[in-house]
Amino acid sequence: MAIRDYIRERFFPHIWCPGCGHGMVLNGLLRAIEKIGLDKNEIVMVSGIGCSARIAGYVDFHTMHTIHGRALAFATGIKMSRPELKLIVPMGDGDALAIGGNHFIHAARRNMDMTAIVMNNRVYGMTGGQYSPLSGYGTMSTTSPYSNIDHAFDVVELSVAAGASFVGRTTTYHAKQMADILGQAIIHKGFSVVEIMSQCPTCFGRQNRLGSAIDMLEHFKENTTPIGSKAKQKNPDLIERGIFVQKKMPEYCSEYEKIIERAMVTVHHRDRRGHREYN
Amino acid sequence: MEEPKLKELVINRDWCKGCGICVHFCPKKVLELDDNEKAFAKRPEDCICCKLCEFRCPDLAIEIISSRGTARRAPTKGLLL
Amino acid sequence: MNENLKFIQGNEVCVEAALYTGLDFFAGYPITPSTEIMEHMAKRLPKIGGKFLQMEDEIASLCAIIGASLTGHKVMTATSGPGFSLMQEALGYAIVAEIPCVIVNVQRGGSSTGIPTHVGQGDVMQARWGTHGDHAIIVMTASNHQDVFAITVDAFNLAETYRTPVILLFDEVVGHMRERIFIPKKGEIPLVERLRASVKRGVDFHPYLPREDGRLPISDFGGVNRHNVTGLAHDMWGFPSDNPQVVHGLIRHLVDKIQNNTHKIAKYKEYYLQDARTILISYGSAARSALHVVENRRSRGEKLGLLELQTLWPFPYYLVQEKCADAKYVVVVEMNMGQILQAVKVSVDRPERVFLANRIDGVFITPTDIRNILRLIEGKGV
Repeated sequence: MAIRDYIRERFFPHIWCPGCGHGMVLNGLLRAIEKIGLDKNEIVMVSGIGCSARIAGYVDFHTMHTIHGRALAFATGIKMSRPELKLIVPMGDGDALAIGGNHFIHAARRNMDMTAIVMNNRVYGMTGGQYSPLSGYGTMSTTSPYSNIDHAFDVVELSVAAGASFVGRTTTYHAKQMADILGQAIIHKGFSVVEIMSQCPTCFGRQNRLGSAIDMLEHFKENTTPIGSKAKQKNPDLIERGIFVQKKMPEYCSEYEKIIERAMVTVHHRDRRGHREYN
Repeated sequence: MEEPKLKELVINRDWCKGCGICVHFCPKKVLELDDNEKAFAKRPEDCICCKLCEFRCPDLAIEIISSRGTARRAPTKGLLL
Repeated sequence: MNENLKFIQGNEVCVEAALYTGLDFFAGYPITPSTEIMEHMAKRLPKIGGKFLQMEDEIASLCAIIGASLTGHKVMTATSGPGFSLMQEALGYAIVAEIPCVIVNVQRGGSSTGIPTHVGQGDVMQARWGTHGDHAIIVMTASNHQDVFAITVDAFNLAETYRTPVILLFDEVVGHMRERIFIPKKGEIPLVERLRASVKRGVDFHPYLPREDGRLPISDFGGVNRHNVTGLAHDMWGFPSDNPQVVHGLIRHLVDKIQNNTHKIAKYKEYYLQDARTILISYGSAARSALHVVENRRSRGEKLGLLELQTLWPFPYYLVQEKCADAKYVVVVEMNMGQILQAVKVSVDRPERVFLANRIDGVFITPTDIRNILRLIEGKGV
């Protein structure tokens, strides 16, 4: 299979702006899926609302374009009811961590097997460039016209603290690493988070004078470094890329299977008062 | 191991939005934008089939078919070079 | 002793009925006075291999069951007013994406946080219009446990028939009261199973193209028919569209499939209506007091009757008009400021003859309360 076999070609060219990082995330994700060799019928993609969410319409899987911030909650219901399906949940930064922040940390805590992708372009693009919880202090946006005084979340630290069993970060510039980390995240049994720093030249780039999509990619190249690199020791401001957490933890659906076994055993037991338990 | 050789550099002009990412990051400067702001292979003979243009294209508009790669049908709307 | 005879809470009856229909997925969030529903689900579902999820809030609960419904399961969530408010956006999504599910709202007293352990019926209009935009919805209720069972089964049947969310609008009194109930035997109440698409692999699949009879077959997530589900206005393939014709067609379809079938959907019970001069119209637990008043007055020869509505939305305007045609007075008995009263006034030929007997203080409306209103209407003083 080539990656074009995984898309709904009739909807291309896609709606994203020229140079938008979200198309690069789609590109990397499809390569990851192609490499793993998943069947289209076993993948469910659930997205929320925003530029990022449109990704679901372009892939030829079972796709669900839901409501703002709740993609992980929908995905939880799908996965729990049919654990053999592979769940991929791409979200924007506002989608995942502002309106959907609560679902995000609880999904991480629950450790149900699914892959959350945070397509982090640090802005609400669909609505024209408002600051998001990942924009960061000092950034400009239509709703922080005198500079932003909100501090940003660190997606990796947040995910680790919330209990995600797989946490990775990369950028759209690092296309091969992106496909690699996404692939490992999809294979990982448990809740995986992949933050992909993505460029929005139209809204974030323009308002923050970061230049074109190319300039923004150069910026990713220069300001990130592999985890634990020497460069990081010299310049602590560099953002680390790679897989931060990859650990075995009890997966929710598997754990629930044990609950079912336990409950079924007690069906015919009598309770303490000698009454037959009613089932 | 034999170096991969470029067989076809397919650019889907209907999908290309002319962002220039492929042009800028090509290590061999194979690609350029034409007068219609669409990417095209100016120097295909220099291509080393690293496929970075294909991997980075936000519009999924580039496909590198190399002698060692997995050859497949050409896209229906592609510009063949 | 008959094994099917039980003395249980209304909330538990609702669980029994849901399981009777084949429900095997529930997600919820604790909230008084509906919590017993999720507690019983947590206990019962794994025993039959079903799945129970306690989510982080009511929004997530409804989203989770919508997701599970798409994989082919019968699903339900339960909540009360504040949680129901949180669910409104996802409710609209399920309506537009046409995903069957059942939402129980065990109503509490008051507005906002209100009086959680007391009774009220203030969510009638919210159930109808709580989610934004034009839509139609099915909202059902019941006043006693045997009816709670039947109506809950009916809710699942309607959800599957019309591919839509159905709201069970119970109240604290019905939910917490213990009462005798016979659990029907398997097969006693007919069940509607999901209509599945039978499109072969490779054939163009139209997940949102209704059949001639108006029903819309579903293809489960994980099957061979991959499709897109969205809350955006969408075409018959399920893909976003802003084509005016497509949008118009979608809204008409969503409203018509329910409004045009009101006569099939509407459930009600009537008591002594044939010669009634004064008709009480009530629903939910309030109908218990109304029935008490009617029977009491009938024994004294007074011509009172009761129309107990079990389907609140789509409102059976034609039914109310027909039943109240010869009535001198119509008195709506409900525990809110007159939410069904408005619909009744619209239905009848002489709206000036329609009165309200209500309580809004979290206390269950008593026969005495209704009697006092009747005396006022009849000019007998309090």
